[in-house]
Amino acid sequence: MTVATQAAYVASSPIPAIPPPSAHAGVIGWLRANLFSSPFNVALTIVCALLILWIVPSLLRFLLIDAVWTGADRQACLATPEHPEVGACWAFVRDRINFFVYGFYPIDQRWRVDVFFAALAFGVGWLTWLDAPRRDICLIYFFAVLPIVSFLLLHGTPGGGLPLVETAKWGGVLVTVVVAAVGIVVSLPLGVLLALGRRSEMPAVRLFSVIFIEFVRGVPLITVLFMASVMLPLFLPDTWSPDKLLRALVGVALFSAAYMAEVVRAGLQAIPRGQHEAAMAVGLSYWKAMYLIILPQALKITIPNIVNSAVGLFKDTTLVFIVGIFDLLKTVEAARGDPQWATPVTSTTGYAFVAIFYFLSCYAMSRYARYVEARLAQGDRR
Amino acid sequence: MARVMTRIALAAVLSAIASAATAQTLNTIKTRGVLNCGANGTLAGFGAPDAQGRWTGLDVDFCRAIAAAIFNDANKVKFVPLSSKDRFTALQTGEVDVLVRNTTWTSSRDTTLGLNFTGVNFYDHQAFMVRKALQVKSALELNDAAICVQQGTTTELNLADYFRARKMKLKTVTFASADEAIKAYDSKRCDGYTTDASGIRSEMRKLVNPDEHVILDDVVSKEPLGPAVRQGDDQWFDIVKWVHFAMLTAEEFGVTKANVDEQLKSDIPDLKRLLGSEGKHGEALGLTNDWAYRIIKQVGNYGEVFERNVGQGSPLKLPRGYNALWSKGGLQYAPPIR
Repeated sequence: MTVATQAAYVASSPIPAIPPPSAHAGVIGWLRANLFSSPFNVALTIVCALLILWIVPSLLRFLLIDAVWTGADRQACLATPEHPEVGACWAFVRDRINFFVYGFYPIDQRWRVDVFFAALAFGVGWLTWLDAPRRDICLIYFFAVLPIVSFLLLHGTPGGGLPLVETAKWGGVLVTVVVAAVGIVVSLPLGVLLALGRRSEMPAVRLFSVIFIEFVRGVPLITVLFMASVMLPLFLPDTWSPDKLLRALVGVALFSAAYMAEVVRAGLQAIPRGQHEAAMAVGLSYWKAMYLIILPQALKITIPNIVNSAVGLFKDTTLVFIVGIFDLLKTVEAARGDPQWATPVTSTTGYAFVAIFYFLSCYAMSRYARYVEARLAQGDRR
Repeated sequence: MARVMTRIALAAVLSAIASAATAQTLNTIKTRGVLNCGANGTLAGFGAPDAQGRWTGLDVDFCRAIAAAIFNDANKVKFVPLSSKDRFTALQTGEVDVLVRNTTWTSSRDTTLGLNFTGVNFYDHQAFMVRKALQVKSALELNDAAICVQQGTTTELNLADYFRARKMKLKTVTFASADEAIKAYDSKRCDGYTTDASGIRSEMRKLVNPDEHVILDDVVSKEPLGPAVRQGDDQWFDIVKWVHFAMLTAEEFGVTKANVDEQLKSDIPDLKRLLGSEGKHGEALGLTNDWAYRIIKQVGNYGEVFERNVGQGSPLKLPRGYNALWSKGGLQYAPPIR
């Protein structure tokens, strides 16, 4: 008897899988599925490709290839017979970068601004890293310690220590970051309170919230800034004139709080009535119910809109230039008029620099929001 | 926007008038320990920051001169950058003590805004720039020419007036910003470009080939730029006015930053009165008698300040022109200190 050890019809190893047809896999498959799936898509793809071909090469040529990277003054960025095409004059930005970042801040004190940036970056990093240790301490650090320490650091400590640097000397990225940070940090809690107030059953609170929100939303930010900067001193006694930057900060914070309130209210309204009733049924007080049940859900679904508001606010900070505060855009405007650097490309370079700065900042914000959203949505997927 | 601003300005004027009677500007400044000066912030040569973030310019140095006269310290100035929209309101509300922001002195501003112009620290005028290739010698030859100009400015109105008054045909090409206007001119969309003469020189440097262009001598409009103060405080008005005159007088007698200490020993009566060794002219202003000495020692005379900021010592290289002393064919003339 022989044992049929090697029956012809038994496969001893898995048959290797046949690759999918090349038209459905790999690069070609992806292209077919995403770019050329229908006649309309084909047309769109062609139009977009042409647009990219039209814009990107000339942009790259201006920003990188033909750009001037070093130089002491405008001569470096002028077209010469041997170098007829001049791109972005980055030498100008390099020469003025300290002014763009610190504004009029005294040179020997600029380390204070650096420390502030580092402390803020540390706080933001800690706050935004969702698995970070001791996030409770982080909240205290970010919302209580950091504002006070930053103020003392940047403005100066009374009675010796750090010399006073009045806010009129602040400028550039420093002002942009301060205005945006204060606006975002103040507007979120204030907006939540206003949103709750608007849905409150107490008529006085509700009326106040409605009037505040509708009034502030009914006027442009420029008007709010003008009111804060020009009219406010008229109403206040001569002896007490609040700082110009402070006035603008208050204006920006109140303005964004009104918008934030409406964003949060949208979230609150999306929470089913049952959640409120369930919270009441287990005996939670109003604030506990809000803190433990309603707000966590409401804020989660409004994250895209909150970030949208924050991004909008970050860009709106440029409007403070209208009341004579030197934010980043204004410092660039001031520098580009300097005859030492005036060339046909100086202004364009300055604006390109600002655009890149704002794009990177806003893009980082929205990417982070996407990440948080995806992470919080994991609970819903189960 | 303009209408809102007018209303705000009006409200501000009313309140400024109400509080003007009590204004004791000099005392307020002394108690505060710093002069609040409204400046431009974005106009090179007049008021703009340099690479180190230090304020520079003709207007800025004028504020430093006032601070030097009051505090004997030219650095006791807080510069408040103002836009053309909020400059008058800032002065009316008392946010700044003096407005030195290349502001044209006109009758309506002097009479209706509750402020007083103390003099002219820069005689500017509106001028034309054309291509040399056009071979135009005078603006009168610009009939039917296309002119690039910034929109919504008095420059645009002056241009129209100039052509209408001379019965010439005009094609204006307007742009929202000066930058766009100069770019369009450079790409040959217009035959000429017009703005204030002080600005034309710095705009010229934005052209691809500045050498191919020429500035015509014709004066389209007078633009006397000067410092302004609030109405109702004559002492402060006098101080700001005489700071300018002191700087002019110093130039007239050849007193400079470098030689002012030597000149103290001079026997010339005019110099003795200027530098405070004779008479009590400073005290009459509410200052000390060496007020002018302080200005010259720390900031310099008018000519020095001019050359340093907008003249030969600066990238702008503006000629003195109307801003030369009266004795040298210009318009800058100071009443005697005596």
